[in-house]
Amino acid sequence: MLLLAASGAAAGEVTVAVAANAAEAVEALAADFEQRTGHRVTVTVGSTGKLYAQILHGAPFDVFLAADQERPRLLVEQGLAVEDSRRTYAIGQLVLWSSDPTIEATPETLRTGSFRRLAIANPDLAPYGAAARNVLRELGLWESLRSKIVVGENVGQSFTMAASGNAELGLVALSSVISPRNGREGSYWEIPEHLHRPIRQDAVLLGRAGNTAARAFHLFLSSPKALATIESFGFVVDGQRRPIHTR
Amino acid sequence: MDLPELGPLWLSLQLAASATAVLLVLGTPLAWWLSGTRSRLKPVIEAVTALPLVLPPTVLGFYLLLLMSPRSWLGGLWVEVTDTTLTFSFTGLLIASVIYSLPFMVQPLQAAFESLGRGPLEAAASLRASPLDAFLTVAAPLSLRGFLTAAVLTFAHTIGEFGVVLMVGGNIPGKTRVISIAIYEHVETLRYAEAHTLAAGLLLFAFVVLVFVYVFNRRLPVHVA
Repeated sequence: MLLLAASGAAAGEVTVAVAANAAEAVEALAADFEQRTGHRVTVTVGSTGKLYAQILHGAPFDVFLAADQERPRLLVEQGLAVEDSRRTYAIGQLVLWSSDPTIEATPETLRTGSFRRLAIANPDLAPYGAAARNVLRELGLWESLRSKIVVGENVGQSFTMAASGNAELGLVALSSVISPRNGREGSYWEIPEHLHRPIRQDAVLLGRAGNTAARAFHLFLSSPKALATIESFGFVVDGQRRPIHTR
Repeated sequence: MDLPELGPLWLSLQLAASATAVLLVLGTPLAWWLSGTRSRLKPVIEAVTALPLVLPPTVLGFYLLLLMSPRSWLGGLWVEVTDTTLTFSFTGLLIASVIYSLPFMVQPLQAAFESLGRGPLEAAASLRASPLDAFLTVAAPLSLRGFLTAAVLTFAHTIGEFGVVLMVGGNIPGKTRVISIAIYEHVETLRYAEAHTLAAGLLLFAFVVLVFVYVFNRRLPVHVA
């Protein structure tokens, strides 16, 4: 009993809520963190909007890694997150992707419209969806491609639409495309930064003060090791140049 | 108050009416066979029919996404014949709805047919009515309650479909953006007034439908031939 209590005090527990598109990266971070510190990390994956709603209703999360800046900002405003703890842990990269070897994911393919369906995330719900709409508007293709666009609830669903071949093209997250879980080859075009606002993803420490393990994890997110891990999953991190990705 | 667009409502009504019509045609012979058969396959077919009741829509949605993909035999054939994909289309949703609502058609019909017993049909056969004739002139009219219950429940259940549509629909206005999806999107984008209007309408609709089914099942006299 005594032993258990002692080890319990040394090894804390962190519950992390993470937006689905960053889940793989954060799971890797969590494993690394556990090894270094002996703390235990529980990762809950969901969409930013749903996790946000759960936090509002008292879900017991210690750290929230969102897919946008808006929800973490609101949590700070509402006193549910620790002030000054909000920081950008990753910048999402939007890519045009085709899992079909006969269709090249290039701006020309978009322009000529030589495909049946283009999957994007819901522009009103998902940050990647808003960015996708941005891009298509900038390219002057939003109206003309309207009838070819199919909308996933989030960027993960749009990826599934494209990966299963139901949509030949998808505007999806680079992190999904280069993920080892993605069994499909195909081609992708990294959307130039000037075509949309950067998809900044913020993390906050939630208002359960006193959890040293949570504070340690939040701090760990800014460590060079963590940043390198996040980068390797297809994100850009602050102050870094865009990495070159190869498959 | 902001009035929501009514397009998704009409689309849901169309989808439900089509699914009910298709299921009346497909479900009736299946229910008839199940009610009379002594085949050892019966429990297996009954189980398959009941699967959509038990499985989460995500299971159905996931497999439909794979089955209707242009890379599969069915989706590929569809693209060759129609030059459009089966997913993200009204036809795709109709196929999904027919599978999803199958038990709501078959189970009430099967129960109605079983409650008829052998008597009326043996009487019809002894008057030299063919099996089809006996079904159309004796069994079907006697099972009117079963038909109505089955059709109403199928219709209502299809209106309430959400998870499967979310996965294979693609949220296209006029084609796959049905009422449940519209409500979901209104809620997620914090347009609560529109969400309320549609949701309250749907709630009322479901309630009226169920009251109708229960009242009808009590009032309609059982015809004894």
